[in-house]
Amino acid sequence: MSALSLRGLNKSFGANAVLNGVSLDVEAGEFIALVGPSGCGKSTLLRILAGLDHADSGEIVVAGKDMSAVAAADRNIAMVFQSYALYPHLTAGQNIAVPLAMKRLSRTQRLPLVGSVLPGQKEIRAGISRDVREMATVLKIDHLLDRKPGQMSGGQRQRVALARAMVRQPSIFLMDEPLSNLDANLRVHARGEIVELHRRAGVPTLYVTHDQAEALSMADRVAVMIGGNLLQLAAPEAIYNDPAHIEVARFVGQPRINILPAVADAGRVDFQGIRLALLEKVANGPVSLGIRPEFVKLAPDGRSGLAGRLERLEFLGSEVIAHCRLDASGDTVIAKLAPHEARDLIAGMPVGILLSVEQAMVFGPEGKRLRIAGTASVRQEPAYV
Amino acid sequence: MRSIPAGRVIRFALLSLGALMILAPYIFMVSTAGKTQSDIFTSSLSLIPEHFYFAENFAKALNKVPMATLLWNGVLVCGLIFFFQVLVAIPCAYAMAKLRFRAARLMMVLVMLGLLVPIHATALPLYVAFDRMSLLNSYTSLVAPFTISVFAIFMFLQFFRAMPDDLIHAARLDGMSELGIVARVIVPNAWPAVTAFAIFSVVAHWNDLYWPLIVVSKQAYATPPLGLMYFRAAEAGDDYGALMAATLIITLPLVAAFLLAQKRFVEGITMTGLKG
Repeated sequence: MSALSLRGLNKSFGANAVLNGVSLDVEAGEFIALVGPSGCGKSTLLRILAGLDHADSGEIVVAGKDMSAVAAADRNIAMVFQSYALYPHLTAGQNIAVPLAMKRLSRTQRLPLVGSVLPGQKEIRAGISRDVREMATVLKIDHLLDRKPGQMSGGQRQRVALARAMVRQPSIFLMDEPLSNLDANLRVHARGEIVELHRRAGVPTLYVTHDQAEALSMADRVAVMIGGNLLQLAAPEAIYNDPAHIEVARFVGQPRINILPAVADAGRVDFQGIRLALLEKVANGPVSLGIRPEFVKLAPDGRSGLAGRLERLEFLGSEVIAHCRLDASGDTVIAKLAPHEARDLIAGMPVGILLSVEQAMVFGPEGKRLRIAGTASVRQEPAYV
Repeated sequence: MRSIPAGRVIRFALLSLGALMILAPYIFMVSTAGKTQSDIFTSSLSLIPEHFYFAENFAKALNKVPMATLLWNGVLVCGLIFFFQVLVAIPCAYAMAKLRFRAARLMMVLVMLGLLVPIHATALPLYVAFDRMSLLNSYTSLVAPFTISVFAIFMFLQFFRAMPDDLIHAARLDGMSELGIVARVIVPNAWPAVTAFAIFSVVAHWNDLYWPLIVVSKQAYATPPLGLMYFRAAEAGDDYGALMAATLIITLPLVAAFLLAQKRFVEGITMTGLKG
């Protein structure tokens, strides 16, 4: 039984469909990153899960129980918001204590004045402040408990928000781009911390981000969502190396994958003399050939590979990005080179573009991945030598 | 010493002149409160009284009018009105700003319409209703018509709209009911808006003569402006010194309260720190 499963969630705002039958299973203790460009519906999905919004149709099952009709407060789902959403009038300690107070104290015990004289509440309050302190120690914010959110830095606020979400031991943990308001250095550091906290607590986590690096580096599995569709849910390596859809291939990877127009004809794909045999049947017509920039090499003498011109070089320290244009079709091809490979390159010079075709991927006209037969049938014709 | 730029001098002079023009009646009132009857009616216009008659005028004002009752009525009526206005307007504005329900648009239209209808339009039916319920000459008739303030709803609505949705979502996930959210999240963070509204509400109702004049005919329930009118009509016909002294006493609490609230108000705006 999955810790959480979503079955066929649909949601539209007016005529605008935001979620198209999204189904997703999160196993116990798993960390899933939900990644996609802004406006793809990932935050809406999270809000529906939390009970802050309602799906038009579909089921949310948490530990075998249908939660679709359960109120947000009773789902035992915790969430960290992008803006942290700390209560500005409460100190950090009081902020962290709120979910515990709501859960452990009765309605009358929570009343001001009256509540503080009722029997039994003293022990509960002592327990709450003990748990708050414990949580704060884990997150190394115990020295900040008396400060208000306005007196804390972004990183400190983010930790308080994490503490507030974790302190009540939720059955599911949701995070909506919790690191996007931090500066770059802090963000990389916080990534590691969140993964570490997740490991320790073992609560299944759904982490929404638009940052592919975050998704790939943190998650056990990555769910790529584009235009309201969940296109692929797989381990980070599989998402990168074996994308199921052209949009997934395009979204993941920096710089972006090269997508080149090719033609399918009688079970074979042809791109400027490069021929690949397809394992799947596909109607004759245009298809796309995808190849990641790291599988493109440049020959400065222009004596091998496809003839092209080097338009621009970007030096990034550990690597060099070369933007080239193919002479024959005018398509742009991006190559990611090691600095020593780029030593002899000058912008504007003619180059030979070598594609490692055994690493190429073929996508059908609707964007679905088409499997190609092994490298044996790959043949790079020497026509442009 | 550094010379002050001419532009600044001109600006300062213009602003001072404007302030003086606005303050002139009040200053003149203070001066009149310190004059003898003969001083007031001399043909020459002087700001400084010839004989300082403050003590006598104030004594007269305090003796001839039940000043304590008037002030107490004013405080009680304004306080009750303000309390109920906030009590009604905050949940209402919260619901309209942050909850989605079918009648929201209709309610917005009603609030807008409510802003357009002045108390003078509804005064007669209200009077008749209070008369039928035998509630004329009571605090109820002074307070009840103002307990639902569309202006307050409108003002809080604008303020609450600017509050981040995430804050309310977080509160819901933390297990708060909608009423809990209002009490624990909205109200503690709304006090700049509440203070701002308090200025409008208290000033309007402390100074209101129109409505008390309609529903109150007994001194025991008179609010300060109404009391002043009784004073002028019955006692002081042409004793302007005492009248101005009484007026001064009545305006002082408001001036003091306003100065205090203004400080809090500015503080409130800068201290909320609502931004994530």
